[in-house]
Amino acid sequence: MQSRLPILVFALVMAAIPFVPGMPPFWIVLLDNIGLAALVAMGLVLLTGVGGLTSFGQAAFVGFGAYTTAVLSTAYGLSPWLTLPLSLVVSGSLAVLLGLITVRLSGHYLPLGTLAWGLGLFYLFSKLEFLGRNDGISAIPPLSIGTFRMLSPGSIYYAIWVAVILSALLTMNLLDSRTGRAIRALRRGHVAAEAFGVHTPRAKLLVFIHAAVLAGLSGWLYAHLQRAVNPTPFGAQAGIEYLFIAVVGGAGYVWGGVLGAAIVVVLKEVLQSYLPLILPGSGQVETIVFGIMLVALLQLAPGGLWPWLMSFLPERTSGKKPDTSLKLEQRTRAPAEAGVLLQVEKARKQFGGVVAVNNVSFEVQAKEIVALIGPNGAGKSTTFNLITGVLSATSGSISVLGNKVDKAPPQEIVKLGISRTFQHVKLVPDMTVLENVAIGAHLRGHSGPIASMLRLDRADEAKLLAEAARQIERVGLADQMHQLAGSLSLGQQRIVEIARALCVDPMLLLLDEPAAGLRHMEKQRLAALLRELRDGGMSVLLVEHDMGFVMNLADRIVVLDFGTKIAEGTPATIKTNPEVIKAYLGVAA
Amino acid sequence: MNTTIMLFLVQDGITNGAIYALLGLALVLVFAVTRVILIPQGEFVTYGALTYASLAAGQMPGTAKLALALGIGAFAFDLFVARKALHGRLVVRSFITNIVLPSIVLALTIYFAAQKPPVAVCIALSLVIVAMIGLYLYRIAFQPLAHTSVLVLLIASVGVHLALQGLGLLFFGAEGQRGPAVLSGAFTAGSLRFTGQSLTVYGITIAFIVGLWLFFGLTLYGKALRATAVNRLGARLAGIRTTLSGQIAFLLASVIGALSGIMIVPITTLYYDSGFLIGLKGFVAAIIGGLVSYPLTAVAALVVGIVEAFSSFYASNYKEVIVFMLLIPVLLLRSLAAPAVEEEKD
Repeated sequence: MQSRLPILVFALVMAAIPFVPGMPPFWIVLLDNIGLAALVAMGLVLLTGVGGLTSFGQAAFVGFGAYTTAVLSTAYGLSPWLTLPLSLVVSGSLAVLLGLITVRLSGHYLPLGTLAWGLGLFYLFSKLEFLGRNDGISAIPPLSIGTFRMLSPGSIYYAIWVAVILSALLTMNLLDSRTGRAIRALRRGHVAAEAFGVHTPRAKLLVFIHAAVLAGLSGWLYAHLQRAVNPTPFGAQAGIEYLFIAVVGGAGYVWGGVLGAAIVVVLKEVLQSYLPLILPGSGQVETIVFGIMLVALLQLAPGGLWPWLMSFLPERTSGKKPDTSLKLEQRTRAPAEAGVLLQVEKARKQFGGVVAVNNVSFEVQAKEIVALIGPNGAGKSTTFNLITGVLSATSGSISVLGNKVDKAPPQEIVKLGISRTFQHVKLVPDMTVLENVAIGAHLRGHSGPIASMLRLDRADEAKLLAEAARQIERVGLADQMHQLAGSLSLGQQRIVEIARALCVDPMLLLLDEPAAGLRHMEKQRLAALLRELRDGGMSVLLVEHDMGFVMNLADRIVVLDFGTKIAEGTPATIKTNPEVIKAYLGVAA
Repeated sequence: MNTTIMLFLVQDGITNGAIYALLGLALVLVFAVTRVILIPQGEFVTYGALTYASLAAGQMPGTAKLALALGIGAFAFDLFVARKALHGRLVVRSFITNIVLPSIVLALTIYFAAQKPPVAVCIALSLVIVAMIGLYLYRIAFQPLAHTSVLVLLIASVGVHLALQGLGLLFFGAEGQRGPAVLSGAFTAGSLRFTGQSLTVYGITIAFIVGLWLFFGLTLYGKALRATAVNRLGARLAGIRTTLSGQIAFLLASVIGALSGIMIVPITTLYYDSGFLIGLKGFVAAIIGGLVSYPLTAVAALVVGIVEAFSSFYASNYKEVIVFMLLIPVLLLRSLAAPAVEEEKD
């Protein structure tokens, strides 16, 4: 929870600026332009900086917003206030359409896709008859309240900045919520988020729509500020510029978008008015400088300017501890979580010609700790991925409480009460331990994005954080609760993953090398915790290389070698099994 | 529509498509080796074309000076990076490739520009100038970012594109130019007329496609370049000089770009900013080819060229809209066949 005071101060300063005596009217125009660009950049911050989806096509959404109101308010004489929701709906629904196609694309396909449809739409704007082709649409009515008509840049100034500050608040609220955590987890890959029930394509589509609606809002304001629209400001160049703004400001920070917009708009103005004096006779010198600065910025300060500025402020004191007396309702349980929880039957996974898991069968009973061991490359982690739905088995079956779950996605598996940790830690390093662990309770919360933006989610949110805090205390990391997950040691990060998995309120916990990187005492504490969980009714399936740890802890051990199960039994029998000794040490001399 | 028009459109489409194929190949090449999505590819095209046209018209192209300026920059970057372990050989080598070479080319350009040189000299000079620009650009803009994500590289690539396009206006002005034909003469087969120019285009395209395909598929060096793209650290540990791979990729891409430009500037008038659109159509092809497959990219480029030819005949207003929207069904197909597990790293 961030303090609202700086935002209030900022709002007051912005409100006072037009009243400063001797304020040149041109500066107000600049501030208007900054506000318009900031709205789009803010959407990009969420989309690119936070969600990891780069879009070069935002200018097209600005165009949708602007053209919607331009057409409706000129040809059909609708009031601009009526066209506002329509502009937003048009941008938003086109975002759904384009988003459904593009957000599933991974990595570099997404930005290229946005570049392509951004260009296509630009040409569409400039060719369509009812949008006025290249000339666009003019004589758009100004915004008005009663008889007050916002004709001058100074009068629409307030409309623009109210929009900016409100959007910033809503966006920050969204980020600081259950949905926000899911969005923030997107950039680090989808596997971890999905393991806790986050529907990642839906979360991506959500940020895509959010960014498009903000762009549409900017377009609507733009149309009524300029009172004319033509295709030029909605082309590929503009789309690139918006991204530049977000990168300059610091693509991960809402206020970075505003800062970036201020810097870029002012800089452009300065370059346009002074560069011709230095280098006369050329039209586009500012684009040259622009391009060079973009590259230089990426090389020198890839994080943008906002985090750099913030580093001068004294470090904020850690957040307050959630009220752990709040209880989160339990996961909905199957009627009988007893007997055989998990049954793996002849599970097989082939990657091309490689058989990673070869017809492996075993089961996990209620209240039991089972260890899955074997030399490197034995197929242990692949088995985990098969159970949790990250991979689907080539053949064989996996059942939970007697129901087959072979084709179920990770989001469904976690609903059954199976949660996991990862061999390679998958936490969001720039989120606090508390926030990371709270992702584990994702399915136990209910607030959606709109409720989060409007802060109607606080009761739900408090319970989620309380549960997360309880699990963090349980694993013994209470002191690190408000530190960034990335600042912890690798061993501690593994423990954070366990706390996150416990937030699911699981019946079966899958731990992939939980003791790796832990010190001796920490291992003992972990073993004690796992025994306590078992005695409390939970089952644990763990992959581990530390034999001392496994032998003292596990009730039963399954041994894999080259994808095949070679032994199963109690620790005592496994220790003396000749097959196992051979697999680990080679043929006895 | 009669058969003649159709054949004519197909022929037109194939000629354009061949150019897009070349550009698409260069994009795939650069991406496969450096993970840079080369938006400035279009500028290599215009720089090549307009340098060639300027030289042929007896004008001094500004690109030769740009090459020297970038060379000086590259030299400075080399010195700065090696500042703690400067030794003579390194400095001399960097000085020769980054300063001496562009200086000689600049001198030659000034010498030849004054006296309307023959076509072959114009081609050679244009290719060398643009090749050097490509090489130094990699050194200055991309090599320091080589370890970062595809997205950072992409944004940097956009920055380079903006700067080069602005410089293009500075060097060549807003007026369009045309150059003399590379190969004059023509013959007719049935109702179709084949010019020497379009045959050159086909020939060079096919040569490059086959050449690149063989190089990357069969030779050890080609495989080393591909390894660099997949895992830089791993490639370095295996003894591959990753910076050299990047330089070679950029060198090839800029030569291909310039060559494409030289081949089309006799057919169509090019402006300083024409390259962007041409390059993007190469992109559409490269994306259809998944940014990995050379033959698929070539086929896709032909499709793009033919679609463009037909749409400019039937709906010339919507030509660009149709070409760029062509990508959407392709992306749709790709997203339906999206890989199951793919983790991004920062």
